[in-house]
Amino acid sequence: MRKRRSRLQTSRRLLWIAAGAIIVVALVAGLERWISGIGPQPGAAQAIGGPFSLIDQEGRRVTDREFRGKWMLVYFGYTRCPDACPTTLNEVAGALEKLGPLADRLQPLFITVDPARDTAAELTSYTKAFDTRILGLTGSPAEIAQAATAYRITFARHEMPQVSDYAMDHTSVLTLLDASGRFVIRFGDQIGQDRLAEKLRAFLEKG
Amino acid sequence: MLRTLIAAILLTMTAGLAVAQQTDGVRVSDPWARATPGRAPNGAAYLTLVNPGVGADRLVAVSTPAAEKAEIHEVIMEKGVMQMRPAGPLTIDAGKTVVLKPGGYHLMLMGLKQPLKAGDTLPLTLTFEKAGVRQVAAPIGAAGAMGPAGGPTAGADPHAGHDMSQHKP
Repeated sequence: MRKRRSRLQTSRRLLWIAAGAIIVVALVAGLERWISGIGPQPGAAQAIGGPFSLIDQEGRRVTDREFRGKWMLVYFGYTRCPDACPTTLNEVAGALEKLGPLADRLQPLFITVDPARDTAAELTSYTKAFDTRILGLTGSPAEIAQAATAYRITFARHEMPQVSDYAMDHTSVLTLLDASGRFVIRFGDQIGQDRLAEKLRAFLEKG
Repeated sequence: MLRTLIAAILLTMTAGLAVAQQTDGVRVSDPWARATPGRAPNGAAYLTLVNPGVGADRLVAVSTPAAEKAEIHEVIMEKGVMQMRPAGPLTIDAGKTVVLKPGGYHLMLMGLKQPLKAGDTLPLTLTFEKAGVRQVAAPIGAAGAMGPAGGPTAGADPHAGHDMSQHKP
């Protein structure tokens, strides 16, 4: 009788241990996913950014190597976007002004995801409405796709048949790379110019 | 005489009804638009819709002489991907306020006849299912402005942003 009870207790204890183990494993897995979603990502430095070859707003071919020695603040968008893109470029322009001479260490880039319509001339008139220091880049569809992939930007054409037009869905983030072209941080597109300036200042002052 | 009196009473009642509808209907406040950068053929205007009435109303159409077409659009963020989608007709529930603002709803102006310049005003005609037609003039602020000029959010910092990910060098 006692033996039977103790066996029952042992199996019950085993059951508890098993349940506990499952919970711990689930928690660790969940925590890991949570951390990778928000926190520093090991290996991300290699994964975001990289070589690109595009056409600048003067119609000149430029590669990422030309910007070495300067930090790069990269945004992908398009000129027919009336909401998210002007919001972000206005933040960049405001931050540049707030940074003062420190802004000389930074090259802001606006890379179009709509190269079919955003020619070099369109980009020039668009970016200079915010700040002449923002450089607009276009390229062939293949070159744009390559750059977007390197920066982990997804984009897609969305048809609007009722107005015989299309919009471009696109990842709307600012990507900061250091003077050696290494990924540093991404900012959400609604960061606001004060916070953006403050964050950029902290990085740029380091070098 | 009696007939005239009845007619007068009826007239007063209908007039009163019309006034009541006018004051009960959706109110449009704080309209504003963004200047368009360069030769951008599309622009955006924003405003606030207040419905103090007892029934829901819907904004069914928007137009402006400044553009070939105007529509109600919504910006949807999905995993950091910005998507712009037509969102009309826009329902304003009874007792509710709907604010059109950057990152949310906007009036999408397509095929602008000329660039929108800061300091100018943009005439807008809004058609509601119940409240009828409302006309407003939207002052145009800077390109990328985040609120009406001179308003508390005229600067570009109304939202606390979120870092998407972080990796310190």
